[in-house]
Amino acid sequence: MTEKKDKKEVLYSLIGIAVLLIVIIILEKTIPSTSILFSVLKKGAIYSLAAVSMNLLNGFTGLFSLGQAGFMLIGAYAYAILTMPVTIKLSDSVYKYYDCIVGFQLGLIPSMIIAGLIAALFAFLIGLPVLRLKSDYLAIATLGFAEIIRAIFQWDTIGPLTNGANVLRKYLDLTDVTLPFSNIPFPPTLFIFIVAGICIAIIKMLIDSSYGRAFKAIRDDEIAAEAMGIGLFKHKEMSFIISSFFAGISGALLSMYQYTVQASQFKTAMTYEILLIVVIGGIGSISGSCIGSFLFIACNEWWLRFLDESSNNILGLNIMRSGFRKVVFSIIIMIIVLFFSKGIMGEKEISIKRMVDRLRRKKPKPAVEEGAK
Amino acid sequence: MSDNVLRLSDITMQFGGVVAVDNLSLEVNEGQIVALIGPNGAGKTTAFNCITGVYEPTNGQVSFYDKVIVSNYPHGKMKKLYKGSNADKYVHEKILNPTPDKITRKGIARTFQNIRLWKSMTVFENVLTAKHLHAKQNIFTSTFRISHAEERRMREETALLLEEQDLLRFRDELATSLPYGLQRRLEIARALATSPKLLLLDEPAAGMNPQETQELGEFIVQIREKYGVTILMIEHHMDLVMQFSDQIYVIDFGELISHGTPAVVQADQRVIDAYLGVVEEDA
Ligand SMILES: Nc1ncnc2c1ncn2[C@@H]1O[C@H](COP(=O)(O)OP(=O)(O)OP(=O)(O)O)[C@@H](O)[C@H]1O
Ligand SMILES: [Mg+2]
Repeated sequence: MTEKKDKKEVLYSLIGIAVLLIVIIILEKTIPSTSILFSVLKKGAIYSLAAVSMNLLNGFTGLFSLGQAGFMLIGAYAYAILTMPVTIKLSDSVYKYYDCIVGFQLGLIPSMIIAGLIAALFAFLIGLPVLRLKSDYLAIATLGFAEIIRAIFQWDTIGPLTNGANVLRKYLDLTDVTLPFSNIPFPPTLFIFIVAGICIAIIKMLIDSSYGRAFKAIRDDEIAAEAMGIGLFKHKEMSFIISSFFAGISGALLSMYQYTVQASQFKTAMTYEILLIVVIGGIGSISGSCIGSFLFIACNEWWLRFLDESSNNILGLNIMRSGFRKVVFSIIIMIIVLFFSKGIMGEKEISIKRMVDRLRRKKPKPAVEEGAK
Repeated sequence: MSDNVLRLSDITMQFGGVVAVDNLSLEVNEGQIVALIGPNGAGKTTAFNCITGVYEPTNGQVSFYDKVIVSNYPHGKMKKLYKGSNADKYVHEKILNPTPDKITRKGIARTFQNIRLWKSMTVFENVLTAKHLHAKQNIFTSTFRISHAEERRMREETALLLEEQDLLRFRDELATSLPYGLQRRLEIARALATSPKLLLLDEPAAGMNPQETQELGEFIVQIREKYGVTILMIEHHMDLVMQFSDQIYVIDFGELISHGTPAVVQADQRVIDAYLGVVEEDA
């Protein structure tokens, strides 16, 4: 019975995704690509993936980690270094003060996967000592890791790998994405949506699998989980590695989107932004993280921009100046946290099937009410 | 002699200076229902925690089907602090203290004195998740539904188990929304889902009225027959203990003060004293 229900749910979700992708294609065909709409959509999708991967760990496994920016940094750098053409690496245009030691170039997709794998490897190493301890230590360890990794990547000694504190650029970015076996450019927003969408779908499938249930058991009650035969260390390590893998991929997408990448941008503030998205969307809700991400990015970069323009006056008061946006933004977030203490979605997911069912039920409803009278 | 399922040998658990379990030895044989009783704070739950790997006992051994699964002797800081007996008896044995999940894998499942169901999960998911430990799938085949046949089998077994426990009607309800008595039932069902050979029940009748307690007793006997499990339970309801158990162990202040059949234990003066002492305190 439930299996049939599940199949219907999957079908509806697939239809929903297809509609979304078609809308994106149409938008990209009709609106000029310089519109801010597209940068919000792209960045929103990238942050969705980052938030969902953080939610896998914080929301579904109950492990509080603050290393997101660190893993994204690793992913972004790995991607940029791997996809930079060898001629550019050898010339002085990017590696001005160093001789780049990576003498090869890989394709876009393989580089993205390797970026994820390298981030996952770091997670594996951090997890080995830390995940055997009480959960609280993970937050401290990952926070420290993110800070250290940012410093190390700017360190002179490994400049031949990371270009020191200088920017990386001229690697494969969104303009280099083409349709398979051709030179026709691939719509960039669509590309980001497809990659982020596939990754999020995989995380969702993981959460709905037997392992996902084990993660949730650990989150709900660690002692009971262990007593029912769920190895805590093994499952925590798995969740941490997978979460970091996808954080690495979101870092790679971010570097594609930005055209340039620099270690100094991956500050702890970035981790807090993503954490905020997770909390606003609902800890333990994937669709919540996605909605939260688009709202956050849209407010931050678009809808509230006008507040920063000092030419706008309210009641003759010149309170609007650069930075005022942040004040309003903070107030909005406080309101959300006050009135939706569990985030926008709580632990629920958006279900297209439920919406369709509700719409269908609405029609015969009056008849039922009459009958009741 | 009947087959031995569980044997505790000189188990001592000392927290700092407090000896919570003191030189406890007990045996549970195949197919028995054995009760572990004693006044509040006697060390019963601590004994369970020593068996299931939650605590590392300070001294002594636990064997399961004649195989040592837990073994320890006072070492490190405890070497000096140790107040129990038999300090040298297990020095030459290998120290063994597996994590609780390893013990459960071997076939010992438990319930908790304060119910510990997974609160965000439905009744069905609680039991289904307890089947994870024997699943053959790895994280890859599980995520990409390559092992969907196993998943389907796990779901069928879960539904069957819930049906047998008369809980199937509540399958899609949140576990924590069930009435208290049913939550206890569900916790037992969840423990059974791990396919145990030995079931440890920590005060299964806590908070139940006499009628519910009687039903629970019959339910425990049914479980033993149906799933072929041996049962060791901690209980305060004396009628339940006297009516349904084959053997009773009584501990007070961590020490074994009596053991035997219900008739023997009931007549033992030390048991009466231990319980009378408690009654006086309460009054
Ligand atoms: N982790 C611990 N640290 C220190 N002392 C402990 C610990 N666990 C138990 N104790 C002590 O061990 C003693 C026995 O506790 P235990 O919970 O085993 O009693 P019990 O027989 O299960 O009692 P009840 O019938 O109330 O459940 C108590 O004095 C308790 O304070
Ligand atoms: Mg107890």
